[in-house]
Amino acid sequence: MEEKIVEVKNLFFQYERKYVLENINISIEKGAFLGLVGPNGSGKSTLLKCLLGLLKPQKGTIHLFGEDIHQFNDWHKIGYVSQKANSFNSSFPATVFEVVASGLTPKLGLFKKMKKADREKVMEAIRAVGMEKAVHQNIGELSGGQQQRVFIARALVSEPKLLILDEPTVGVDSQTVNHFYQLLHHLNKELEITLILVTHDIGAITDKVTHVACLNKQLYFHGNKDEFERLKETELTSLYGHPVQLITHDHE
Amino acid sequence: MFSSILQFEFLQNAFLSGILIGFIAPLLGVFVVVRRLSLIADALSHVTLAGIAGGLFLSSKISFFSSLNPIYVGMGFSVLGSLVIEKLRAFYKFYAELAIPIIMSAGIGFSVVFISLADGFNTDLFNYLFGSVSAVSRTDLYIITGVAALVILLIVLFYKELFLLSFDEEYASALGLPAKGLHLLFILTVALVISVSMRVVGILLVSSLMTLPVAASIRIATGFKKTIFLSVIIGEASVLIGLVLSYYLDIAPGGTIVILEVLALIFSIILSKARRGKI
Repeated sequence: MEEKIVEVKNLFFQYERKYVLENINISIEKGAFLGLVGPNGSGKSTLLKCLLGLLKPQKGTIHLFGEDIHQFNDWHKIGYVSQKANSFNSSFPATVFEVVASGLTPKLGLFKKMKKADREKVMEAIRAVGMEKAVHQNIGELSGGQQQRVFIARALVSEPKLLILDEPTVGVDSQTVNHFYQLLHHLNKELEITLILVTHDIGAITDKVTHVACLNKQLYFHGNKDEFERLKETELTSLYGHPVQLITHDHE
Repeated sequence: MFSSILQFEFLQNAFLSGILIGFIAPLLGVFVVVRRLSLIADALSHVTLAGIAGGLFLSSKISFFSSLNPIYVGMGFSVLGSLVIEKLRAFYKFYAELAIPIIMSAGIGFSVVFISLADGFNTDLFNYLFGSVSAVSRTDLYIITGVAALVILLIVLFYKELFLLSFDEEYASALGLPAKGLHLLFILTVALVISVSMRVVGILLVSSLMTLPVAASIRIATGFKKTIFLSVIIGEASVLIGLVLSYYLDIAPGGTIVILEVLALIFSIILSKARRGKI
C-alpha cells in the first residue's frame, strides 16, 4: 500500500456558530496531484488552513505523514503557496534571494545561520522556477506571475514532500499560468512531490491532476480523475449544492 | 572639541549614548516600519512620558524615591503600554489601529496629571520632552548600553525568524514558527528602545529616530540587509553630525538630528525619482 501523506477523518470546522466544513474525509497518497475545487466561500481555504495547523477544527482528526497533527513537528516537509495578495506587502524591501532563503528558516532551526550549501539550495530553487535572472532584484519590482514563481521557490527550498497551493494563479496572465502548470507537472512527476492545488476553475486543471475533490461545505466528490471525467459529462453542474452526499473513496 | 570630550564626562556620556542610539534605533526601526508599526512607536513614547512624569513626581514628593531615576519608571510604563497595545489590537481585531489613539491619549492624560501633581513644568521635564543629550548621566549611559546589547542580541539571534515574521506572518505560522511569542519579544524590545532613546532626542521626536532613516533608505536600497545597513548609516551620521553641529552652533541637539534626518529623506526621494527617470 502507498504511504498516506494526508488523512482527514470526520472533520468539522465552524466560525462563530456557522459550520464551514462538515464531515470531511480525504486521504491523499504519496505522489498524488489533488485538485481541490469548489465555488467561492466553499471552505477550500479553511480546509487548507486546518491542514497547515493555522486553524483548529472542532471535530475530527488530521494525520500528516502518518502522524497526528498535534504531534506533527516536521513542518518543513510541507510547502505552502498562498493567494499572494492576502499576505504580502509588495513594497517590502527584500530581494528574491532573501525571500526564497526565508523558506529555510524552520529547517535551519533557531540561532543557526545559512551555510554555503544552504545558499546553493536557495539558488537551486530559484533556478527551478526560472527566476535566476532576478535573484538580486527587489520582489516588488517583479510582475504578479514572477512573484508567484518566487513564492513557489520559497516553498520548494526546504525540499517539501507535500506542496499546498491556494489559488496560486489568481491575477496571473494565461501564458504564465500555462508555464506554471508545466512546472507543477514537473514537480509532481520528476521530484515526486505530492501536490494539493486549490482552485475554483475546474476546467483548467482536469488534464493536469491525478485526483479531484469537490468541496462545498461538504465533500461532494473525492476520487481519481477518470471517475471525475465520467461524472462530469452527466451531472457535474447539479453536483454543486446538491443535497445528496456523494463520496467515493478510491484506493488504488 | 575632541579635547573637550576627553576632558568632560558629560560630553563623553552624550556622544557614547548618541552613538549607541543612532545604531539601535534604525536597526530595530527597519522591522518596525516594514511591519507597519511606526505609529506604535509614537504611542509608546507618550506612555513613556507618563512614566517619566510619574517618576519625577515620586522623586520630588516622596523622600523614599528621591534618588529614583525617572527613566526606570518610563521604561516600566513603556513595556506595560506595549502589552496593553497588543491586547487592544487583538480585542479590536478589525480596528487594530484604534489601539494607537487610545494608548496615546491615555499616555498624555496621565502625563498631564502627574505633571500638575509635581507642581507643573520644570527643566527636567522639558529635557525629557525635547531631549537633552548633555543631561545624560553615567547611569543613563549604562542603561542605554544594556538595552543596546539586548537589541543587538535579539537581531543577531532571531534575524531570519524576524525577517520571515515581518515579510509574511501567515507563512511564518504555517512553517510552525512561534509567531506570537516572537512578536511579543519584538514589541517589548521596541518599548525599551523608545524609553532610552528619548534621553537623546526627547519624547516628541523619538519615533523619528526609528522611522526617518528607514523611510530614507527603503526606496533606494535593494534588499533587506542593505536597507538595514543604509538606515543605520543614515541614523548614525545624523546623530553624530547633529551633536557636533549643536555643540558649535549652540542649538538644540534633538531638533538638529531630526532636521538632518529629514534632509537625508528629501535627498533619498530625489535620488530615487532620478533613478526611475522621473526627474
